Amino acid sequence: MIEISHVDKWYSTAFQVLKDCTTNVAKGEVVVVCGPSGSGKSTLIKCVNALEPFQKGDITVDGTKVNDPRTDLPKLRARVGMVFQHFELFPHLKIIDNLCLAQEKVLGRAHDKAVTKGMMLLERVGLKEHAQKFPAQLSGGQQQRVAIARALAMDPIAMLFDEPTSALDPEMISEVLDVMVDLAREGMTMMVVTHEMGFARKVANRVIFMDRGEIVEDAPKDDFFGKPRSDRAQKFLSKILSH
Amino acid sequence: MTYNWNWGIFFQPNPMGTGTYLDLLLSGLVLTLETAVLAWIIALITGSIVGVMRTLPSRGAYWFGFAYVEFFRNMPLLVQLFLWFFVLPEILPKAAGLWLKQLPNAPFWTASIGVGLFMSARVAVQLQAGIGSLPRGQRQAATALGLTTVQGYRYVLLPMAFRIILPPLTSEFLNTIKNTAVAITIGLLELTGQARSMQEFSFQVFEAFTAATILYLLVNAVVVTGMRILERYVAIPGYITGK
Repeated sequence: MIEISHVDKWYSTAFQVLKDCTTNVAKGEVVVVCGPSGSGKSTLIKCVNALEPFQKGDITVDGTKVNDPRTDLPKLRARVGMVFQHFELFPHLKIIDNLCLAQEKVLGRAHDKAVTKGMMLLERVGLKEHAQKFPAQLSGGQQQRVAIARALAMDPIAMLFDEPTSALDPEMISEVLDVMVDLAREGMTMMVVTHEMGFARKVANRVIFMDRGEIVEDAPKDDFFGKPRSDRAQKFLSKILSH
Repeated sequence: MTYNWNWGIFFQPNPMGTGTYLDLLLSGLVLTLETAVLAWIIALITGSIVGVMRTLPSRGAYWFGFAYVEFFRNMPLLVQLFLWFFVLPEILPKAAGLWLKQLPNAPFWTASIGVGLFMSARVAVQLQAGIGSLPRGQRQAATALGLTTVQGYRYVLLPMAFRIILPPLTSEFLNTIKNTAVAITIGLLELTGQARSMQEFSFQVFEAFTAATILYLLVNAVVVTGMRILERYVAIPGYITGK
């Protein structure tokens, strides 16, 4: 579904953020990307839907080459859902309108169909009664669940999560992770940048460990948690799992 | 100082044969309002376009916006009006210059467009700041949903940016009204111009300018009140600037 091959990215000629990154995510697979901050994991995931350009290598999503100048990027992005660290709901729109905007403007759905779809998804994330509120009236965890529903409203073929729980208070993390676990179990293709190793243990098929722009480890979940092959991954795991 | 106060002067007929002196001032007020409203429309439209250009990823658009703003804000308004009114018709091809000189209401059109363009540079800078103050993720979220650049601005960035800059825009609207007084120098008989002619006909300088001052204050008080109502109307529930 998502094939990343030999991707290099520089911010300036001196600073390389991604170094020869190669991996892939098969249909229905859940891949967790972890690593210390500044390791390039968010950058990598943003290259998948071309929010960040890259200079070398190829990324293909469902057969469409992301870095081909002829690719209709808005059309491609509409099929790949993305959830951000800071939710990024549109503050001037009601919750239901947040869910309808792209359905109507990008997919051309009729308003009542978009609303029906939106309400269905809000019910699914347990926020149906908040449909007429504005984002600032919801808690962080609720906003992030709305953001997931907003991405799902586009009927995505894959979902990208960029540290979806990092900006949340601890007691709100589980409500967001629960939604993501359900999604994973339903067979959604997911690429998740996160430090939530409990989530990785529960639903990930593979875990990718990145450090300084490189994919250091790319292993099935059990191998990764059982015995990481690289020193750097071991050190990282011991730091985040020790308490 | 010996000065003959005569507050009854406003109800005496003016020598133009157009009614009383009060009618003279009110006709100036109407012209001030017409000029200011047209100038403000020009300032809002062109200022918004240029302000958006300054935030686009395209370097060409950015540099055009930069040059536009620096051209219009770095020259005194008075010099700009003289340029449009006295210099432009001379440097145009002869036929076009003649057409400009013979244009009916030339001072009105020159003042509206001149003040409008001068103010548009200020609107552009404020809109740029408003868009720049939005979290970077807002643009990314719009893009990730498949919205095109135009749609992203139309539905996501501009509705928030304009709400944020509404208070400073109120000041710019007031400045537009006040700046129309400069048009007296190109022969526009707006409020200040009519106060001057009342002074010349009647020698009641204090009465004339007291009346003009009060009229300016009243008009601006109405604008301030109107903008407050607008601010409250578009405020977002739960959002910082909202109530």
